[in-house]
Amino acid sequence: MENRLQLTIDGRTVWVAPGTTVAAAWVDLHAPAIRRSVAGQPRGPLCGMGICYECRATVDGHPHTRTCQTPCRDGMTITTDR
Amino acid sequence: MREVRCDVLVVGAGPAGLAAAAAAAEGGQSVIVLDENPHLGGQIWRPQAAEANQPSRSVSPRAAAAPPSAHAHRRAHAWHQRAQKRGVIFETGMTLFDAPRTDHLLAVDAAGQASAFSAQQVILATGAAERFLPFPGWTLPGVMGVGGLQAMVKGGMAVRGKRILLAGTGPLLLAVAAFLLDHGAHVVGIAEQASRAAVRRFGTSLWRHPNKLVQAARLFTRLRAVPLLHDAWPTQAEGFGRVEQVRVAAGDRCQEFDVDLLACAFGLVPRTELARLMGCATQSHIDGEIVAVDRWQRTTVATVWCAGEPTGIGGVDLAVAEGLVAGYAASGAFKRAGRAARRRDRARAFAERLDRAYALRPALRALPTDATVVCRCEDVTWQAIRAQPTIRQAKLQTRCGMGPCQGRICGPALAFLTRATPAAPGTATQTTTRPTAATTSSHAAGPSTGWTGDRVRPPLVPVAVNVLIGAGQAPLANHQPSPAPSRHQEISL
Amino acid sequence: MKQFDAIVVGGGIVGAACAEALAHVGGTVRLLERGHIAGGATAAGMGHVLVLDDSDAQLALTRIGRSLWTERWSHLPPAVERDACGTIWVAADEAELEAASRRATAYAAHGIEAELLDAEALYGHEPRLRRGLAGGLRIPGDRVLYPPTATRHLLDRAVAAGAVILERTPVQRAGNGHVDLADGNRFEADLVVIAAGLATPMLVDVPGLVIRPKKGHLSITARCPGLLRHQLIELGYLTSAHGDEAASVAFNLQPRATGQILIGSSRQLDDNEPHVDQGIVARMLARATEYLPALGNVPIVRTWTGFRPATPDHLPVIGPVPGAPRLWLAAGHEGFGIATALGTARLLVDQWLDRQPTIDPRPFRVERLSATHRATACVPRGAPECAAVPDQDSPPSPFAA
Repeated sequence: MENRLQLTIDGRTVWVAPGTTVAAAWVDLHAPAIRRSVAGQPRGPLCGMGICYECRATVDGHPHTRTCQTPCRDGMTITTDR
Repeated sequence: MREVRCDVLVVGAGPAGLAAAAAAAEGGQSVIVLDENPHLGGQIWRPQAAEANQPSRSVSPRAAAAPPSAHAHRRAHAWHQRAQKRGVIFETGMTLFDAPRTDHLLAVDAAGQASAFSAQQVILATGAAERFLPFPGWTLPGVMGVGGLQAMVKGGMAVRGKRILLAGTGPLLLAVAAFLLDHGAHVVGIAEQASRAAVRRFGTSLWRHPNKLVQAARLFTRLRAVPLLHDAWPTQAEGFGRVEQVRVAAGDRCQEFDVDLLACAFGLVPRTELARLMGCATQSHIDGEIVAVDRWQRTTVATVWCAGEPTGIGGVDLAVAEGLVAGYAASGAFKRAGRAARRRDRARAFAERLDRAYALRPALRALPTDATVVCRCEDVTWQAIRAQPTIRQAKLQTRCGMGPCQGRICGPALAFLTRATPAAPGTATQTTTRPTAATTSSHAAGPSTGWTGDRVRPPLVPVAVNVLIGAGQAPLANHQPSPAPSRHQEISL
Repeated sequence: MKQFDAIVVGGGIVGAACAEALAHVGGTVRLLERGHIAGGATAAGMGHVLVLDDSDAQLALTRIGRSLWTERWSHLPPAVERDACGTIWVAADEAELEAASRRATAYAAHGIEAELLDAEALYGHEPRLRRGLAGGLRIPGDRVLYPPTATRHLLDRAVAAGAVILERTPVQRAGNGHVDLADGNRFEADLVVIAAGLATPMLVDVPGLVIRPKKGHLSITARCPGLLRHQLIELGYLTSAHGDEAASVAFNLQPRATGQILIGSSRQLDDNEPHVDQGIVARMLARATEYLPALGNVPIVRTWTGFRPATPDHLPVIGPVPGAPRLWLAAGHEGFGIATALGTARLLVDQWLDRQPTIDPRPFRVERLSATHRATACVPRGAPECAAVPDQDSPPSPFAA
């Protein structure tokens, strides 16, 4: 996996190209659902530009991080509340 | 907390911000540009993932200040080069969250480090966001914005072989459809809410803008195999855990599409929160509330300028022109600002034609049903919200707009859904004057209904407790805001 | 039931509680609100329903207020976000634990359940608190609710009993049995109740009636369930709440039913501007993370300000205006309007109907402030604000100690 970044998303190891956002890595890995709404509905990225907060997840221990605004870094750990 | 000073601080590194920064630097000012995105170029000049910088957050948060690679969007790169030649400093990944004074702004980077920026002049180029209108099923995963989907694809999301329907309004639908085709997607259709006649009228008016005409012709050639519906909009999205089918009303017919993704947005809304927090007056406009500016792009706060979409949606050419006007004027170079202003006024004429052709039709107000969630953060339904008299009451009684997006998604939707029947075109309702061309573009937004313009308070975006502690404990830089460049007063009289 | 016409001015939680209570004892009630209901101090407040013992009168009013909320607790609709979380007064050191112990004794004397916690018991209840605290005092009967929807609920009940709510109806002036509206109309009634918080002194002619704004900041986090279970308040809270410092902050956290944490609190006198002061917010948040370090990473989604309507002796005015038997006040509840709204309404109705009041009404009388007003003119600075002022006009009360 030359020139690829390794991430852990909900315990699974994933490799992505540099420049990929966490949200894009997630959607490619799974269905487009990233989290549950307050009423328990599945939700995924909407605006793609950091406004809607629908793609938030815990990134390296930081809760409520907007994954569409977060470029993947090698060794990153992402936990969603899907 | 880090403290930084400069003559001119530019907020936003999209077309308007880049142009403003270059112009201000050419006017002899020391300039810093902030952008919350990890890349330069804003939404329209967003680079492709494979072309983007090496992730800049890996070493230190400030590494993001590094220039974009040669692979950045061509036009963003050109402006960046021009600005950098004059010593402009770029800091990306910087989210503005407060402006305790109009010459003192606070930002936080992705690593949670706060910085304070002090500047004599501030140019706001905060861009636009997509307008989403709620309809049954719009909260399903796989329903995204039009620009939103494009941004996700540029961020590395794969769409090869995916069945995608685009819906909403405006030329962005066509541009993104072509973009998606280029990335291997199967575009199953485009649903444009405007009528065929309105779009045709707009098309014929393009002879005044030959370069736009060429672009349009290219798009239509690229999209010739894609079904293009007019008078059409999605009435329902369905699926188990994600969107699978979309029902589209097209004229008096109803059509169903099997899809993997639905990209749907109804035009753009100006991002004015920072301007409002800083005390700049806004005015009603067909695009929503816009920042009021004079012919030099100066807001009602003497040291604050505004360029691009926040002063009215107008697209990239208008944004660049307004950025140049603001940048030159803020540095006192009024002669050059005047030349840029003529270019701006031409671009604005195009924007106004666009506004008219793609104005949202009142029938879209019937999209949400009682059970449709309007506030996605708090899952508040249309039934609960519309029983309230004002946006503030809706917030207090239903939690609508009280979630992390702070009403940025549901607010513009509600401003549209609750708007009384539009006034006749040409009826200006602005609360402050916008001398250039305002009289022709300030139509349709009725008098304030209590559903727009709720007070803006810091933090502008959710910010960690520790960041707010650090930012608030540092003493405010103790210098007086400087007066505007002296040359300004001579020329603006 | 006795039939009468009543006008309530003010659609905050106190006005709503009065309207509800009056409508339920046979009053034909009109409630007038200058804007929309629950839009003032009620919207800005924390919504704690708790007992406080800063004074005997405060203890009596908060106790009756809490027990009236408790009676109807299970009938409150979900939108009220009720949470019977209880309060823990956190003792940072042995001296504060001593104070907690004294308070426990006082509460016990009034039949209020209170449990003194040593350090181990404290961490058993709230394991996320920082190490090194001495203990605390747990008040299991304290509660939290969401004031705007609670107000709506009270008004829905008032309307069901025949009350009429008029929003966007500003009142210019109120007198004995009448109010003059800003639009020039006059409404008359057997009883006029002014529950207009800070605006009250502007509406009535009562010399010496002073209700000052005490500005507060609050912040609320994104959802982060599981960080705490009880409302937490530092034991030094009341000292800070009534101190003379221009600006003070105290540690006060509430777990909300949504999973968010509401962070308070600050107090500023003589700042009448609604702007958010970054420095105050930072002090308030720093105080909160001192006690609950895990809060540091949690995002704040919103910060706002509000103005507590404060009288000089920190007690509300509840009762008739001297010389105007058909003009009553129910205002000046400072930071405890939610806790005491139902108690206030009960006290008001008891007196209006000449029923035996549930608690001693004298400390809340309007004339005490005019008396204070006269007395303070010759009282040296630094003297207690009202303790020495005798209430000579009052008849003997069944509650006299």
